[in-house]
Amino acid sequence: MTMQLAQRRGFSLAQYAICLKGIIWREALRFLHQRERFVSALVRPLVWLFIFAAGFRQVLGISIIPPYDTYILYEVYIAPGLIAMIQLFNGMLLSLSMVYDREMGNMRTLLVSPLPRWYLLSCKLIAGTAVSLFQVYAFLAIAWFWDIEPPLIGYLTVIPALILSGLMLGALGMLVSSLIKQLENFAGVMNFVIFPMFFASSALYPLWRVQEASPLLYDVCRMNPFTHATELIRFALYAKINWESLAVVCGCLAVFMVGAILAYDPSRGFVARRGGPGGET
Amino acid sequence: MTDDPPAGRPAVQPVPALAVEGVSHAYGRRQALADVTFAIAPSSFTVLLGLNGAGKSTLFSLVTRLFATQRGAIRIFGHDVAREPGEALRILGVVFQPRTLDLDLSVMQNLIYHAALHGIGKREARERASSELARIGLADRLHDKVRDVSGGQMRRVEIARALLHRPRLLVLDEPTVGLDIKARADILAHVRGLVAQEGVCVLWATHLVDEIADTDDLIVLHQGRMLAHAPVPDVLAQTAEKSARAAFTRLTSGPECEAGSPT
Repeated sequence: MTMQLAQRRGFSLAQYAICLKGIIWREALRFLHQRERFVSALVRPLVWLFIFAAGFRQVLGISIIPPYDTYILYEVYIAPGLIAMIQLFNGMLLSLSMVYDREMGNMRTLLVSPLPRWYLLSCKLIAGTAVSLFQVYAFLAIAWFWDIEPPLIGYLTVIPALILSGLMLGALGMLVSSLIKQLENFAGVMNFVIFPMFFASSALYPLWRVQEASPLLYDVCRMNPFTHATELIRFALYAKINWESLAVVCGCLAVFMVGAILAYDPSRGFVARRGGPGGET
Repeated sequence: MTDDPPAGRPAVQPVPALAVEGVSHAYGRRQALADVTFAIAPSSFTVLLGLNGAGKSTLFSLVTRLFATQRGAIRIFGHDVAREPGEALRILGVVFQPRTLDLDLSVMQNLIYHAALHGIGKREARERASSELARIGLADRLHDKVRDVSGGQMRRVEIARALLHRPRLLVLDEPTVGLDIKARADILAHVRGLVAQEGVCVLWATHLVDEIADTDDLIVLHQGRMLAHAPVPDVLAQTAEKSARAAFTRLTSGPECEAGSPT
């Protein structure tokens, strides 16, 4: 059985598809096995929506700004930011799972696949984004009962935005995971990546409000890719396009992805320099 | 589009299953491998013997392309790992030293996942997995979670997994670490059987001298340098010792070793 001497070179498209399917399937299985992960992914934004937004409703007045046509409740304003937060956490959990995989040696199984490494990482990213989409729709379903009712068409038009922002935040997570050597450092990354990105963005407050408070912070927010992920989702949820955000999200996706692929490249990457997946010699 | 031997190699000789040519590797200043060169023949069982820290795992990381080769070249059946990683990796089966199965998935799910990574579809993967597992006596554990099987069984599942894409070269990095005597003997016998019956070429890394048989080829690696590479009887003759253990002790305390790096 091992003597297939004249093997065909390269891989067919069908084999690439099987590989993608396999990686998504495994990610879905892992997701199903970790029910607490799904619950906490759902509870986190709901806590913000039910408690934080309710408390802040009276404090923050929202004027009519695009894409909204009327005065809106604060809950409605922060919903897109919370969706982006779901994806941000999902992206970072993807990164956590890669660090975990690396420590447990599972990452090696992926990396010794004969398919090109950029393709394997892309598959992993697509699988993570698919999981985030599922979480977002579960959130939107519950939020519907909380008077967050975007137009029905919005539920469709938001899909491309969610895919782009999910890929972008996932690629960022992947890049981050290549920089983490050990699992314990992840808590630090949460503090230094997730919280600053979330708070210095348009997720919780409109940027014109931030500008009134601090022009510097306003500039920081505008440069934050998370702001643009949020705005892309916000507009898409109302069947509109924010071109600037679209451009920034696509640009960041490309940069983060190239960074992650280089980082996992055996000849150039940090991974090899840091002692490789598994962390031993 | 055939398996022609690369230019410069005499065409009459069979292409070695694994050719390591002048490979050196350093982590920062620490030299893990120094100018290692060897070639192992198809359908042979070669033991890579070395203490912990001898550079065995580094060599494995280079052969499996987890790290890029810093100096030298590694070829698997003539395919350069750096230049044609896809062609080299598709005929290579690997069992790493740390466990790499997903504990939360079933045995079958782990195998299907691995097959997918090699572009093998679910139906075919199922058939191959069933026959591989039947061969190692684990057919009834197909749907059990990996977490629930014993350490020895896990290793056998990993070997079955490594064979799923029908590699021509199987490399195992200390596969018997942490197993009891019976599980060790079973796994060793199973892998030797693969060489005899299937013609798979095996590179077996270990620090346990009692895993060596007289019919094996032996490579002795010590502090990143290769001290011997020959059939076991020849190594014994060279060192004028009766047992592999004594030969290993003599080699690793010999003058050629001390010249490179004093112990």
